[in-house]
Amino acid sequence: MLDYGLFAYASKDEVLEKSSTYWNPGKTRFWVDSGVPLVIDRREGYYLYDVSGKRLIDVHLNGGTYNVGHRNPEVMDALRQAMDRFDIGNHHFPSLARTALAEALITTGPEGLSKVIYASGGGEAIDIALKTARHTTGKRKIVSIVKAYHGHTGLAVGTGDDRFSKLFLADRPEEFVHVPFNDLVAMEDALRDRDVAAVIMETIPATYGFPLPAPGYLEAVKRLCETHDALYIADEVQTGLMRTGELWAITKHGIRPDILVTGKGISGGLYPIAAVLVSERCAGWLTEDGFAHMASFGGAELGCVAAMKTLEICDRPETRSIVHYVSDLIGRGLEDIRADNPGWFTGIRQNGLVIGLEFDHPEGAKYVMRHLYENGVWAIFSTLDPRVLQYKPGILLDPSLAEELLDRTAVAIARAAREAK
Amino acid sequence: MSPANGQAETTATGRAGWGRSDRGPVMLERARWAARAFARYDKASVDRVVAAVARVAADNAERYAEWAVRETGFGVAEHKTVKNLACSTGLADAYAAHDYVSPRADADEKLLSIPRPAGVVFALTPSTNPVATVYFKILLALMTRNAIVISPHPMARQCCADAARTLADAAVAAGAPDGVVQVVEEPTLPLVEAMMADPRVGVIVATGGTPVVRAAYRSGNPALGVGPGNVPVLVDRTADLESAARLIVESKSFDNSILCTNESVLIAEDAVADRLVSLMRGAHPLSGEERDRVRAALFPGGAFDTRFVGKDAAWIAREAGVRVPAGTKVLLAPFDLAVPEEPLAHEKLCPVLGFTRVDSARRGIDAARAVLRITGAGHSAAIHSTDPATIMEYGASVPVLRVSVNAGNSTGSSGIHTNLPISMTIGTGFVGGSSAGHNLRPDDLVNWTRVAYHVDAPFGDFDRLDPWSAPAGPVPRYPEASNARTPAAPPAVPRDDRSGAPPAELRDEIRRLILEELASLVRS
Repeated sequence: MLDYGLFAYASKDEVLEKSSTYWNPGKTRFWVDSGVPLVIDRREGYYLYDVSGKRLIDVHLNGGTYNVGHRNPEVMDALRQAMDRFDIGNHHFPSLARTALAEALITTGPEGLSKVIYASGGGEAIDIALKTARHTTGKRKIVSIVKAYHGHTGLAVGTGDDRFSKLFLADRPEEFVHVPFNDLVAMEDALRDRDVAAVIMETIPATYGFPLPAPGYLEAVKRLCETHDALYIADEVQTGLMRTGELWAITKHGIRPDILVTGKGISGGLYPIAAVLVSERCAGWLTEDGFAHMASFGGAELGCVAAMKTLEICDRPETRSIVHYVSDLIGRGLEDIRADNPGWFTGIRQNGLVIGLEFDHPEGAKYVMRHLYENGVWAIFSTLDPRVLQYKPGILLDPSLAEELLDRTAVAIARAAREAK
Repeated sequence: MSPANGQAETTATGRAGWGRSDRGPVMLERARWAARAFARYDKASVDRVVAAVARVAADNAERYAEWAVRETGFGVAEHKTVKNLACSTGLADAYAAHDYVSPRADADEKLLSIPRPAGVVFALTPSTNPVATVYFKILLALMTRNAIVISPHPMARQCCADAARTLADAAVAAGAPDGVVQVVEEPTLPLVEAMMADPRVGVIVATGGTPVVRAAYRSGNPALGVGPGNVPVLVDRTADLESAARLIVESKSFDNSILCTNESVLIAEDAVADRLVSLMRGAHPLSGEERDRVRAALFPGGAFDTRFVGKDAAWIAREAGVRVPAGTKVLLAPFDLAVPEEPLAHEKLCPVLGFTRVDSARRGIDAARAVLRITGAGHSAAIHSTDPATIMEYGASVPVLRVSVNAGNSTGSSGIHTNLPISMTIGTGFVGGSSAGHNLRPDDLVNWTRVAYHVDAPFGDFDRLDPWSAPAGPVPRYPEASNARTPAAPPAVPRDDRSGAPPAELRDEIRRLILEELASLVRS
């Protein structure tokens, strides 16, 4: 019996059956068929527990949503205290928490960004960034990379893979140009006519399996943007918040973006919120018509409190140091595992704790995902490149758990190799 | 803090208020990572770190001595400089020949011993002896490949935090792991108690008041805590009185008597008492009336007034309304009997020396025992005598774990003027409520794994084996992108021959841009 008071089920099977009936049959079936019949019950730190009681080390973290761990006690404490006084708030008015978070984001953000616009999620934030770019430049075209992923909302979906737009008749090829990643010639081609409002780039494209930008690529793209009068939008939803060992990955490239988008992790995993940081040049519409983009939940004040606390945790020197340690240990450990699995585990794409594991099989990551699940680790394949497993350890991982994670990973990868042959 | 009345202070990250910053756990986590890395360092690398840190500590000895006096209002900068030097290069020299890093193979015993550091040392440091204790504990931790988190007494927070940061920077610059030395910048009681109880702590080393030491033992973590002192000094008829008089005044006035090792009560055999007092240049014997005024000033309502901690004798006399000659360094306060209701028989932490006469050495030993019944058991005592029988009986009867003989106790029991280990942390042992009965040493912070062969099995040859190594670069290594670690090819430009390919000039221009970017990356 799974009895939670407000709802109860006789068994996990009943949950799955009703999930299929009332919620999403496609997703429900997919996971059962994939050998990951996970229904998450308790969650704590970097652990998830299936309703069966099975414990999993979470290295999916929903793209960094749980960077600081599930139910981080400091974030919970901040939220609990805030709830004694605040709620979502009224989005029309100046607000205590929104102002405070905006100041904190600008103070800690890359140089040159001066104002913050809030959203209730990453997709909406991307839409805001694109709308802002269009307003600023008076141009309509947006350039993104092939296999990009920036969300599923009205404009964001146009920047991404056809899979998510054509189904809903939402593709707009005349406005959204897709160029191959790491291809500067194609980028130059797309920008040459000077009719592009912005290039939007994840600093490391996540859903594509973390292919790393070739050294100098992002810097050159930024230069091309400047040359051809396009804005540079840094999508730091997955790469930000210390995941690469600096608060924002884009600063490792010395790039000052015109617009920066953060989401997922900034919520602390507890209250949805996302934000767009814009330069003064891009902030014009906020003066021209401050009501031009609105959402009741955008910048909800409880979300702002969760975000402030999360930002403060991520930005601590201790956190940065720990990320460097974890990244060093996990990087070396994965190299060892790769050496033990030649011809199967073929590559490691790593920048800090943004890690993609390449396997020599068109769906290699799905095998590894299943074996990891059996061995107590939850990591997800890359939707747009299932050869690659997304492997994202938490930024506050402790040494014991890091070692345990590597042990489990070694076993799972070797077993997956045997099965895939 | 309540955010009522619009007083919330959450205007920037890291402030107090909602979601009060609790960096304790993350500091300890960072320390654990550092300790994990440091525990694999070899002897030469550790020596380099220790030498560099000791050097920087010594270079700043005077600056931090002055800062400590300025911040706390306690003690004498010149004396604190002496201690800071003793606890920096002095300490490094004293342990230069020791090795807490290399494994030891004993072929006769068929035992291999491998050192295993405590891990994370959580160190509480006092206000009275602030920077010297910070130096001392950091160096001990580094000698034994531990990470250390310093929690300074709030009264000496700034000088201690700055000193800890200076030493931390020196350690990392000399190759130590990042985060090997950290300091709690804003120590509060709840934070410190939570950190002490945190399972990430390997051992607590607590120097401070009894409540702090007790809290360390209550924490559930292994702890080395040391209790307070209340040092009796006996001068018998066989003593070299000239020398005793000089040493007692020097030692009592050292750092304005703020140490737990400064003499508290002088016990003199009647036969030599007057002559001893007459020889104590710089000590002003208080008359009965003056004594009463000093007592009343120091112990209003029976409890010690902390305003007097570490102040000089002239200031104290002035506050008490007593006129003393220029150059007075010690106030000698006579009383008849060392009993709990006599305030002057308690620990005073200022240059007021209780003084009582006894008719024999035997009675003197009893008086010393009486002083320690009040407080300070397990700590230290001094004796000036040339009679081995008296010295032996004093050592056997007086419940302390170190006795300075014909030496000032402040520099005697801390090993500066005796051959005891140099220490700012004096173990008070079982009798003093502590697990440590000796002067804290580096080896208190390391365990040894004993690899023991069957008595009949042939022992291995471990001579050329060393499990440890030197770090290859900064620890941890900076998280460069994996495709940037090795000399990488320029960005791949996989293109087919589709029409509209850019002209050659443009390709060249783009290549130039890329190379420029690469060059700037390399420069940065």
